[in-house]
Amino acid sequence: MGARMPERHGSEPQVLIRGGTVIDAGGERRVDVAIADGRIRGVEDGLAVPAGATVLDAVGCIVAPGLVDLHTHLREPGQEEAETIETGTRAAALGGYTAVVAMPNTNPPLDSADAVRNVFELASTATAEVAVAGAITVGREGNHLAPMAELAALGVRLFTDDGAGVQSAGLMRRALEYGRGLGVTLAQHCEDGSLACDGAMHEGAWSSRLGLPGMPALAEEVMVARDIALARATGAPVHFLHLSTGPSIELVRQAKAMGLPVTAEAAPHHFSLTDACAAGYDPVFKVNPPLRPQADVDAVKVGLADGTIDAIATDHAPHAPEFKDLPFDLAPPGMLGLQTALGLAITELDLSLPRILALMSWQPAAIAGLDPAHGGGQGGPIEVGAEANLCVFDPTATWTVDPMALASRSRNSPYGGRTLTGHVRHTVFRGEPVVVDGEATR
Amino acid sequence: MSRFPHHLLAIDDLGSDGIGEVLRVADSFVEVGHRANPKVPALRGRTVATLFFEDSTRTRVSFETAAKRLSADVLSFAAGSSSVKKGESLRDTVETIEAMGIDAIIIRHPSSGAPVGVARWVTSSSVINAGDGWHEHPTQALLDLYTVRQALGGGDEGVHRFKSLQVVIVGDVRHSRVARSQVAAYAALGAEVTLVAPPTLLPPSIDGWPIVAVSHDLEKELPDADVVSLLRLQSERGSGEFVPSLREYTAGFGLTGRRAAMLKPETLILHPGPMVRGVEIASEVADLPAAHITGQVSNGVAVRMAVLFLMLGQGQLDGGPDA
Repeated sequence: MGARMPERHGSEPQVLIRGGTVIDAGGERRVDVAIADGRIRGVEDGLAVPAGATVLDAVGCIVAPGLVDLHTHLREPGQEEAETIETGTRAAALGGYTAVVAMPNTNPPLDSADAVRNVFELASTATAEVAVAGAITVGREGNHLAPMAELAALGVRLFTDDGAGVQSAGLMRRALEYGRGLGVTLAQHCEDGSLACDGAMHEGAWSSRLGLPGMPALAEEVMVARDIALARATGAPVHFLHLSTGPSIELVRQAKAMGLPVTAEAAPHHFSLTDACAAGYDPVFKVNPPLRPQADVDAVKVGLADGTIDAIATDHAPHAPEFKDLPFDLAPPGMLGLQTALGLAITELDLSLPRILALMSWQPAAIAGLDPAHGGGQGGPIEVGAEANLCVFDPTATWTVDPMALASRSRNSPYGGRTLTGHVRHTVFRGEPVVVDGEATR
Repeated sequence: MSRFPHHLLAIDDLGSDGIGEVLRVADSFVEVGHRANPKVPALRGRTVATLFFEDSTRTRVSFETAAKRLSADVLSFAAGSSSVKKGESLRDTVETIEAMGIDAIIIRHPSSGAPVGVARWVTSSSVINAGDGWHEHPTQALLDLYTVRQALGGGDEGVHRFKSLQVVIVGDVRHSRVARSQVAAYAALGAEVTLVAPPTLLPPSIDGWPIVAVSHDLEKELPDADVVSLLRLQSERGSGEFVPSLREYTAGFGLTGRRAAMLKPETLILHPGPMVRGVEIASEVADLPAAHITGQVSNGVAVRMAVLFLMLGQGQLDGGPDA
């Protein structure tokens, strides 16, 4: 096939992604992708290089819709020593993400229009789209509903008190009923406080041996079961954040079989690490929900494979080094995730690339309301006229994680020294190459 | 004989050989303790620091006495008087102390695993765990073993007699660092350990624990026991969350006079202290000749001398107990 000029839309292509294999929800094909003015202008094999265009070599690489993270703690405002919107979205771009959903547990929390507007403003120069998950309750304290309609009017489509679950079933029911009227989705951090107490790790053989207070799997499962009942009663959609136990996943499987409007995500650390990692009391392995035993890790993998779990979400949770130097029970939970998620999925999961990309791009985009069906530009498809949010990665390249080399302001990656297969080469956000050859351009 | 470990964080660091060596060396130091001048120059010029983030009179005094009898210099840091209260992190505190030229840091901390973190941060000091959260209190278990071995006749024959010894550990195993060290220590010498407690005071899982049984019926376990080791029940555990009341706990799991009468005459009763008379042990039982509670305290100094000596004395007996 000879070289042909791409279809013209009034301006010359500024970026050409050449030689790669495109994978989106529509399938897989060998084509080049031309981009101008933030949009895809050509998708064809053998596109010519127009004068002045930036050529991104994609030979041997996959060209996919940018990844979408449903669960990112950007820490700004309030904990800028741990992360900022600038550093967090740079890490996102380096990880192949073109959109992240910022969790509301900032200081102040994202429970008011002013707080949400502030984040959008801070994110105006970010290297990835920053969507906001609003708080369900004022101050994430679980007592009074946050002004959900006011937040929804600003474009907030997901609500959660993440970091904590809404403990009151009665209040959660009201929130679901109210949110249904707004067309938004409530996302639950499933953790029953009366069962979790001040658990520092998964309650089981390792916590018993190490003498650390345990957080039982039950704390998650009880709230998953409760919220499935609430979804059934209210008809409102519920998204389950970071599911980590086999029985939780089985409950969601049954709920889906009953046709209930539930979706679920799982974090990379819950399919790649076990509670045995806590044996050396290194708080870099402390996370909430905690790392679980191998049987739960296996159940997460099955859930990702059979469609029970809809999305891989990082729960990227930066913490400044002095907090991870505390004793295990006193250290805050959380680990970095944005730059390692894709490599972990390719390395650890026995899934095809289209399946992994569904879990990391178009399915989370739909849950977050960022896909074209909701008027957004994330998650593909890769076609002429679409917003140019793309991730180009080499699925066979291997690299070794060095926490000191990550773009986050924090260093709390549990994967230091681990070799992963699958490395992001270029990321294009709204037409701009924000990562080229593995380096952030700004 | 393998090299004595650089740190003592948990009983498993020692293994049965290491435990045996501590007990043998402690024999010499018990003898030193009986001298008019109970002091040897073994660790002259060495400095040890006690770093206690939790109130403890007996353990700190026992370690400091042990170090002084070995002629080591002792620096004592208590969380209340150091800069820890000003917000200095544990890591900064440890690095500052080590910079003073310390050979060993003896740490007590309410967080399980804190000494493990300290051992990661230090560059050359030895770290000795003097009790961390619910995790371990290895020297307490060593002095229990020493006391039992003494009662069994002492010497290497005493160590041999731990094999198949029936040890019953009663009480709040779940929240007990002493219990975790005891289980590891007794098992390392071949004793058969049974844990006795209501299910709420047992660890959530005993997978991998080197024990032979778990029981919720103390009276059933007493007649065959060679050693009954009682654990303290902190009063907040008996306030309704773990057991309905201290009274109900005592009714089911207290070593009362009636229950003590079910023991074989030679059975030893141990308690790591501080004991709560009338809860886990009846006052008249604590005062029986079978109860080796004060013996445990005096052995504690000798056992801790042995640990410090083996750890810091580079295994040389010059200037040691035989000098």
